[in-house]
Amino acid sequence: MQQQQFGKRPWSFYFLATFFTLFVLFLYGPMFAIYVLSFQGPSGGLTFPMNGFSFDWFVALFGQQRTGDIRGSFGRSISLALMVLALTVIISVMAGVAFRRRFVGSTFVFYMAIASLIMPGLLISLGAPIMFQKLLGMNTNWYTTALGAQLTWTLPFGLLIMFAVFNRFNRAYEEAAYDLSATTRQTYQYVVLPILLPGIIGVALFGFTLSYDEFPRTLYTVGPRNTLPLEIWNMTTNVTSPALYALGTVTTAVSFVVITLALGSIALIQRRRLKHNLDGESAGASQIALAEADR
Amino acid sequence: MAQRGTINLVSVTKRFGETVAVDNINLTLPGGAYCCLLGPSGCGKTTILRMIAGHETPTEGQVFIDNENVTGLPPVRRGTAMMFQNYALFPHLTCLDNVAFNLKMTGVPKPQRRTRARDMLARVQMEAFSERMPAQLSGGQQQRIALARSLITNPRVLLLDEPLSALDEFLRLQMRGELRRMQRELGITFVHVTHTQPEAIALADMVVVMDQGHIEQAASARTVYAEPHTAYVARFMGGQNVLFGRVGHVAAGTVALDLEGGGRAEFQIDKAPAVGSLIYISIRRDRIHLAKPSHNEEKNSANTVAGKVRAIEYQGSWVKLTLEGVSPDDFVLNLPDSEFFAHPVKTGDVVNARWAPESVHILTGGAGQGDRPYAKGQN
Repeated sequence: MQQQQFGKRPWSFYFLATFFTLFVLFLYGPMFAIYVLSFQGPSGGLTFPMNGFSFDWFVALFGQQRTGDIRGSFGRSISLALMVLALTVIISVMAGVAFRRRFVGSTFVFYMAIASLIMPGLLISLGAPIMFQKLLGMNTNWYTTALGAQLTWTLPFGLLIMFAVFNRFNRAYEEAAYDLSATTRQTYQYVVLPILLPGIIGVALFGFTLSYDEFPRTLYTVGPRNTLPLEIWNMTTNVTSPALYALGTVTTAVSFVVITLALGSIALIQRRRLKHNLDGESAGASQIALAEADR
Repeated sequence: MAQRGTINLVSVTKRFGETVAVDNINLTLPGGAYCCLLGPSGCGKTTILRMIAGHETPTEGQVFIDNENVTGLPPVRRGTAMMFQNYALFPHLTCLDNVAFNLKMTGVPKPQRRTRARDMLARVQMEAFSERMPAQLSGGQQQRIALARSLITNPRVLLLDEPLSALDEFLRLQMRGELRRMQRELGITFVHVTHTQPEAIALADMVVVMDQGHIEQAASARTVYAEPHTAYVARFMGGQNVLFGRVGHVAAGTVALDLEGGGRAEFQIDKAPAVGSLIYISIRRDRIHLAKPSHNEEKNSANTVAGKVRAIEYQGSWVKLTLEGVSPDDFVLNLPDSEFFAHPVKTGDVVNARWAPESVHILTGGAGQGDRPYAKGQN
C-alpha cells in the first residue's frame, strides 16, 4: 500500500498515537516495575531505587514458609488449571458439535450458558459453598467446588470460541469425507477435529489461563487450601518484602510459557499444512517447471 | 440393457422450506455419457447433482442408478463419487493421503493403499506432488488431486459441481480438455454442473438446460444449440436472436408472422397454425446479413427487419453488430469480417437485416416454462 508521503498528518493521528502510548504504558509499565523490583538486592525495599541486584527473593519464595505456601498453591493452581483445561475442551467441543444442529430449545440453552459471563463471579463464589454444604453435604475444596465455579467461567468462553470455529468450518469437508465412505465417527476423527485443532488449542489456552489467574469465583469455593492468586492476595496483607514481586515474575513467566506453547503449536500445525516436505524440496526445481507448464 | 451408470430421476421434487428448488423432474442420463446440467444460479442444477450423490434426499420422487432405487441410500452405497466446488481437499493431509482417504476409511492396509494412491496420482500426472499439502498447489493441480481422490473409489458415476469455476480462463480450457479425455478413458458417466454455456456444449454428449427448477431441454449439445426448444433455451445458449409475433396468414405450407417490434417473417411450416396464434422463432446470429443500402425496396419485404446500429464489436474473424428497435431483445448479427468491411456501417446508422426463410427455427416450446419471457441470454 502506498504511504502518504506529503502533507501534515491529520489530528486524529496524534490523538490515537497518544491514546495507544497511554495504553501501552498502563499495560506494561506496572508489570515492568514489578519484574525489575523482583531482582532487588538483599537489603532493598518494596520501591525504587534498586539497592543492588540479587536472586535472593526468588530463593526466599521457594525456600521458606514465612512467605506462605507458594510451592503448594502453585502446584494446586497448575493442577486445577489442567483439569479446567481438559474439561473445558471436552465439553466445549461437544457442545459446539451439538449446536451445529438447531435443536429444540437451543437458543434458550445458549443464553443460559452465556448468562454466566455477566453474572458477578463473587455471587457464584458465595453461593456455591452454601449449595454444596447444605444441599449435597460436601465440603468446599479446590478440586471440587472451585473446579465447578471456574468452569462456569471458562465454559461460556469455550463455547463461544467453538461457535466461531465451527462457523468458519466448511461443511464441504464433511460431505467429501462421507462421499469417500467415512462413517460419522471417522469423519470427526480424521477430518473435522484435525482441521479444527488450532481452534481447539485456543479453547485449551483460554481454559488454562482463565483458571490459572481466576480470583472472584475461587475466593469462597477453594476450601482450606489456596490457589496461587489467593495465596498472593494473602501475602499482600502480611508479606512486605520483594518476594511478592518475585512471585509476580514467576507467575508471569508460567503464563508466558503456556501461551508460547499454545501459539507455537498452532503455528506448527499451520506450517505443517504449508511445509515443503524434504521430498518436495529436492524436487523443487522440477516442480516449479511443472507448475509453470500448468499455467 | 443400458450401459453401466445410467441415472433415472422419476418425478423428483425438492423443497427447502417454502422454496421449490427442483419441481417434479423426470430425467434420464445415459450411462457412459458426459452430461452437463446447465442453467443460471439457483435453477436447481446443483440440487439435482446433490440428490444423485446422496447429499440431499428428494422431498418427492425417486432416483435410480442402473435401475436400482438409491433414494435415501448414503453416498457410499450408490457407486457415485462427487468432486466438490473448490474441491474440498483436506487441508491437513498430503496429496497422497487425500487420494488414499477412501481406502483408509474402508480399511485397506497401508502399503496397498499407498501403492494404489500413487498409481492414481500418476494417472492424473501428479505423482511428483504426492507429499505436498493442498495449499501448496495451483488451482489446476488441486483439481487433479480432487479428481484422483474421487476416482479411487472406482465409481460408476462421477458428479462434478462447477469443477472449472475456480480456475482462470486459460487453465479452464486446459482442464476442460483433461476432464473430457478422462471421461473417455474411464467410460463412466460424468455429470457436470455448470452455468457456462460454451463449457457445456464443448464437453457434453448431453446438455440439460434448466431454469427455475424445470428442465427446459435435454438433448445433444448440437441440438440444444442449433434447435432450441424454447425461447429461454435459445437466449440462454446464446448465438441466437429470438423473435415472436402473431400468425398473419397461412398459405401452402408457408406462414407469415407479424413480428413484435415490426417486420414480417415468412417461412415453411409442417403443421399450419391458426391465424392469430403466438409463435416464437429463433434465427442464428451468423445466418443474418445486412441488406445492401441500394436495395431499399427490400425494406418492406419478408424476412427483413430495420434497426439502428447500437454497437459494433470487432471479433477477429467476424464482426458483432448489435441493432436496437428490432425486437424487445437486442438483435445481434455476426457478420464475417470480409462482408462487414466490404460495406462498413457506423454506430447510429439505420440498416436492414435479412435472413433466408430456411434459417428460421420455430421454438415449438414457446417462451419456456420459466416466467421471464424477456430474460436475456449470455452474449
